[in-house]
Amino acid sequence: MYVEVKQLVKKFGNHVASDHVSFGIEKGKLVGFLGPSGGGKTTILRMLAGLDHPDSGEIYINGQLVNDVPPQKRGIGFVFQNYALFRHMTVYDNIAFGLVVQKRKKPEIERRVSELIELTGLKGLEKRYPNQLSGGQRQRVAFARALAPEPHLLLLDEPFAAIDAKVRKELRAWLRSTIERIGITTIFVTHDQEEAVEVADEIMIINRGRIEQKGSPYEIYKNPQTPFVAGFIGESTLLEDPSSLYGFEDVIPGTKAIVRPEYVEVGLKGEVSIPSAAQLGTVESVFFRGDSWQVNVRIGDHVVSAYRSLEKKPLKANDEVLVLIHRLYIFNHEQSCIMENSRRKELFSYSI
Amino acid sequence: MRATSTSQVKTARHNPALSESPVVKWILISIALLFIIVVLILPLITVFQQAFRKGFDVYVAAITEPNALAAIRLTIITALIAVPLNTIFGIAAAWAITKFKFRGKQVLVSLIDLPFAISPVIAGLIFVLLFGAQGFLGPWLIEHNMPIIFAVPGVVIATIFVTFPFVARELIPIMQAQGNSEEEAAVCLGASGWTIFRKVTLPNIKWGLLYGIILCNARAMGEFGAVSVVSGHIRGETNTIPLHVEILYNEYQFAAAFAVASLLVLLAFVTLIVKSIAERKHELSLRESLTDGGE
Repeated sequence: MYVEVKQLVKKFGNHVASDHVSFGIEKGKLVGFLGPSGGGKTTILRMLAGLDHPDSGEIYINGQLVNDVPPQKRGIGFVFQNYALFRHMTVYDNIAFGLVVQKRKKPEIERRVSELIELTGLKGLEKRYPNQLSGGQRQRVAFARALAPEPHLLLLDEPFAAIDAKVRKELRAWLRSTIERIGITTIFVTHDQEEAVEVADEIMIINRGRIEQKGSPYEIYKNPQTPFVAGFIGESTLLEDPSSLYGFEDVIPGTKAIVRPEYVEVGLKGEVSIPSAAQLGTVESVFFRGDSWQVNVRIGDHVVSAYRSLEKKPLKANDEVLVLIHRLYIFNHEQSCIMENSRRKELFSYSI
Repeated sequence: MRATSTSQVKTARHNPALSESPVVKWILISIALLFIIVVLILPLITVFQQAFRKGFDVYVAAITEPNALAAIRLTIITALIAVPLNTIFGIAAAWAITKFKFRGKQVLVSLIDLPFAISPVIAGLIFVLLFGAQGFLGPWLIEHNMPIIFAVPGVVIATIFVTFPFVARELIPIMQAQGNSEEEAAVCLGASGWTIFRKVTLPNIKWGLLYGIILCNARAMGEFGAVSVVSGHIRGETNTIPLHVEILYNEYQFAAAFAVASLLVLLAFVTLIVKSIAERKHELSLRESLTDGGE
């Protein structure tokens, strides 16, 4: 493990920002800390950088205990949420700062800075000041500045939060491919699940100072271990007592479950793949999602959501429909399992 | 705060809903103008008119007279000691208050304002009680031949006390608005505390700092109350320019009094000009840091 954290605790008054957090990160990985604001992601990141001191616990970087190593000596690149560019310095001087501080030779500094300006596509902007740059350009400067002294670990705090939605997508892809090219171990913090899923090799879901789950985006999506994770990653609906649903009669009464729209089929007679496993429901409302319809259907006390192809006949409120729920995620005292519809006899494929 | 008030002025100019009829506008402008003329401009003209009433030669003689020169020298020496000390103190205090969390911070902030809250005469009396012949430390000081009251050190100490909030007061809001993130970025890039101060913090606060130093200097040279209490008015020794003016005035040497006073007025003009330049730059950087933070 390149970065290893053991039982990290940090409190701000009564607020526990990090509650006995432990994890390890392999060299070269791109890891995303995902969770709601105030969940402790940024605090953990700041402790790794040495900007905050943990109340207890240990941080190892490359096998060395760094708790008492000052941030200057940790060899970490940090990109701040608002970029924290030096406002009175040009783009060139911002990027060169870390090298000047290390008293590197002038030709070496010039070579390294122009290399980074090339890498970040900032050519021609060297003499600009931060307030003359767009949000995306500022982010690139902050990125280049953090990389200039050749850190072994790169930390990014909400790197896309201050950027327009349009530019954000583009920058995400760019950041991912650039980090991959350099091969630097990277941790970034985000509250945006789409961003985490798209950029990270591995995600850690952090909520209330704890790691709820870690794994690849696909694993977490397929197999959420807590109701919080299920609710945070992907679309889902919480069901209070799923034992009244067709095909899930075996669920112990009183347990909670979530259902994802991808596992629900809604259709008129003849459209549902296994009519024998489906039950009747009433359409409550229909929304256009851009690439499909979202249909909210009432079954008894439950309301579940499903996606419906634009190719099929549009539904409207109060239509009687067949609802087939393929899969639920059952949560019983922090234990979770996937449950398939018991009336489904054989493997089959279906499409919305 | 200064930045917001000017931006409000600008919105009022651009927003017709907030502007009054021309009559109201001109009445308000005339009142303000009249007030400024009566209270500020007329007295200033009078100072120069009185100073030159008996001709240029008398003016020059009043300024170059040995006691006047001694007063000018002492004023400059006092400012040269008080202003750098308060600059260092102001930066240190503003740094501590805005960059660290510690207990008793609010108390420190209030204490910095204390010299503004206390009448300068009381401030002078405090030092008389502390260092005077009947005071707490006075007998010991006199025994060791280090008189403070009715001597130059007293003048300097009283001036330091009175001018001590200016630099810190200017720096605290600008440093608060700028936050710590640039310093944190510098730390992560390997910069030491001193490098961070020199290369990151100082350039960001330089206009605010200059503005504070100018105000501090103006007050240091013009202070009357506190200095008057501790100086003892010894001619040619412990008189500063304001005290010298008072003595001349009390002796009915009006032309000489106003001539020396005109020096302080000139200082005020210089202060005003430098101040307005620094203020504009200072506001600009404050506004920049506010918009940066608001993104």
